[in-house]
Amino acid sequence: MPAEFIRILIGLVAVAVSVGLIGLVMVWVERKVAGHIQRRPGPYEVGPNGVLQPLADALKLVGKQLFMPDGADPILYWLAPVLSFIPVLLLFLPLPVGDGLMALDINLGLLLILAFAGLTVLSLLLGGWASNNKYGLLGAARAVAQSVAYEIPLLLSVLAVSFVAGSLNLAEVVKGQGTWPWNWNIMTQPLAFLIYIVSALGETNRAPFDLPEAESELTAGFHTEYSGMGFGLFFLAEYANMVVVCSVATALFLGGWQGPVLPGPVWFVLKVSLLMLLMVFFRWTYPRVRFDQLLTINWKWLMPLAVLNLLATSFFVKLAQFTEVRW
Amino acid sequence: MLQNAYPDQIAGDFYTENFAKKAAEGSLILNLGPQHPSTHGVLRVVVELDGEYILRAEPVLGYLHRMHEKMAEVKTAAQFIPNMGRVDYGQALGWNWAFVGAVEKLGGIEVPERAEYVRVITSELNRIASHLLWWGAYLLDLGAFTPIMYAFDDREKILDILQIPTGSRLTYSYFRIGGVASDLNEDCVRRIREFIPWMRSRLPMYKDLVSDNIILRKRIEGIGVIEPDVCQRYGATGPVARGSGIACDLRKTEDYSVFRKLDFIAPTSELKDARGRYDVRMIEMEQSLNIIEQCLDMMPEGEVLVKGAPKPSWKAPKGESYFAVEGARGKIGVHLVSDGGKNLYRCKLRAPGYCNLSLFAEVSQGTILADAVAILGSLDLIIPEIDR
Repeated sequence: MPAEFIRILIGLVAVAVSVGLIGLVMVWVERKVAGHIQRRPGPYEVGPNGVLQPLADALKLVGKQLFMPDGADPILYWLAPVLSFIPVLLLFLPLPVGDGLMALDINLGLLLILAFAGLTVLSLLLGGWASNNKYGLLGAARAVAQSVAYEIPLLLSVLAVSFVAGSLNLAEVVKGQGTWPWNWNIMTQPLAFLIYIVSALGETNRAPFDLPEAESELTAGFHTEYSGMGFGLFFLAEYANMVVVCSVATALFLGGWQGPVLPGPVWFVLKVSLLMLLMVFFRWTYPRVRFDQLLTINWKWLMPLAVLNLLATSFFVKLAQFTEVRW
Repeated sequence: MLQNAYPDQIAGDFYTENFAKKAAEGSLILNLGPQHPSTHGVLRVVVELDGEYILRAEPVLGYLHRMHEKMAEVKTAAQFIPNMGRVDYGQALGWNWAFVGAVEKLGGIEVPERAEYVRVITSELNRIASHLLWWGAYLLDLGAFTPIMYAFDDREKILDILQIPTGSRLTYSYFRIGGVASDLNEDCVRRIREFIPWMRSRLPMYKDLVSDNIILRKRIEGIGVIEPDVCQRYGATGPVARGSGIACDLRKTEDYSVFRKLDFIAPTSELKDARGRYDVRMIEMEQSLNIIEQCLDMMPEGEVLVKGAPKPSWKAPKGESYFAVEGARGKIGVHLVSDGGKNLYRCKLRAPGYCNLSLFAEVSQGTILADAVAILGSLDLIIPEIDR
């Protein structure tokens, strides 16, 4: 399939470029929003309103010496940041940005995203383990426990939506929803949406669930020892991961690129940005939960609720099928 | 577990090595600090971890020792006052007061009444600033980034006010033996009067936005329960003891200065946990505002420095004295011994933070690492004060 191959290649290049761009923009947005939440202007000096600040930061990171502590495992240590970044690029391939505007139109798109998202935790584990640092190790242990736990309710909530849509293809799921907000899946699956957002925060290690890098306890958690672009890749991967979970939420629950008047991609970007802003607000307004509380929320609340939601959904889906057949 | 990169060398220093001797099988020895974000300076805590649980914890001190007590022996009493501003940067005026109080007691020096009021006003302002600093930093420990910016906004106003009479913003040496260095001028009084309603409007906002937040409540309620007998055993004072239900405010019990004439409460909490200590400090800020307001109304006219106040070359008479004030962190005590010579013979500084920190080892046992940070923060430690 040379045509399909070229399509993926173009898609990958586009994704790589846009991930870098999104990273830069998000750094600026995050710092600016944080600044305004905290009654200060945020980045101000580099460029108008500090828009070039992320670029200066990125240049600084690139210029830094790459440092590896004594006793670290060199192969795993350098593999970890790369491994955290590469799967994230693949996650973008099956995302429908507009009508038919996606790099990889496959029926198992959702499954692909969930599978590769699971790889991220491996990079955190490797990074923490290989750096021969106790904080890193603790951070890695937390990351594994947290990501594994939060993947389950995430999966279950996503599954409920795909039951309704009858497809794992994100493009199909989006097409199944209508133009107006009351046609979106969030109206039929509000609980799943809520569970998804909470799990997504846990999955992407964002505050208030940023325990693998809780700086007041573990200095910087799994990336304590990383300098320069080693840290930069982890950082970029975090933002890229945020974009992915927000995009999936948009596609599944918020009607994807569907919307009145404006063209599809614009709506998609708007909805994703809104969710991202929500995540930024969370980070700068809430304290951090404790580790056992984090797992309690997951196992005692999100999991049972997600299972119940899935059962109820499948029941109604089946019911609808039966009634259809009888008619 | 982790590999030691240099197996033939000592793993860590004396403290770590000594601590590791008693380590349980499969546990992890972790040095929190001296360079660690949650220790507010250079406190070092060696902890033994079993997973996330703390088996043992031991604070290691001495990274900020500046031998203030020794310095007192090579300076005259008046020359030593600037040192007191540097013992505790959180509430420097409390230490100012404890020292000049002890010297005045030793020398039998009367303080003009207006000076007493000025001392109360400035040190209570300083207490609010100290509690705000604690509040912001504590929430930073708990992972909330924003409150510290709001706290510093308010604290900045206090520093601006205190800058007028004291001339400095952090390390004050404002009190003099027999009074204070300068009177509160009109501008200063006006700004204090403006500050009181401002701060009163801010505190309910902090309660709504932060204190009642469900995540914060889950983080501090029932965490770090300190029984009253533990407090007494370790000599804990201040909000730590009051948070455990012990009514031990020196402003009430010792009746120094003009506190007898003022109407305020020293809050205590029966919760005994981090929440109790949190609440005590939040209420204390309100009470300090009440105290300041009353003082501004009751303050008489007159001198702020007694006539014939001691010069720098003044020799303290032979004898001993002890004077203690209620600082933001607890009982600040100064014990002076003079042999009648040019310099003081001995000066013992009793830092509240030292006693408050010492109970950490016992309280933190069996808690989770994150809780240990929450407990450490709730003790309101200022490391320079502990090391002195």
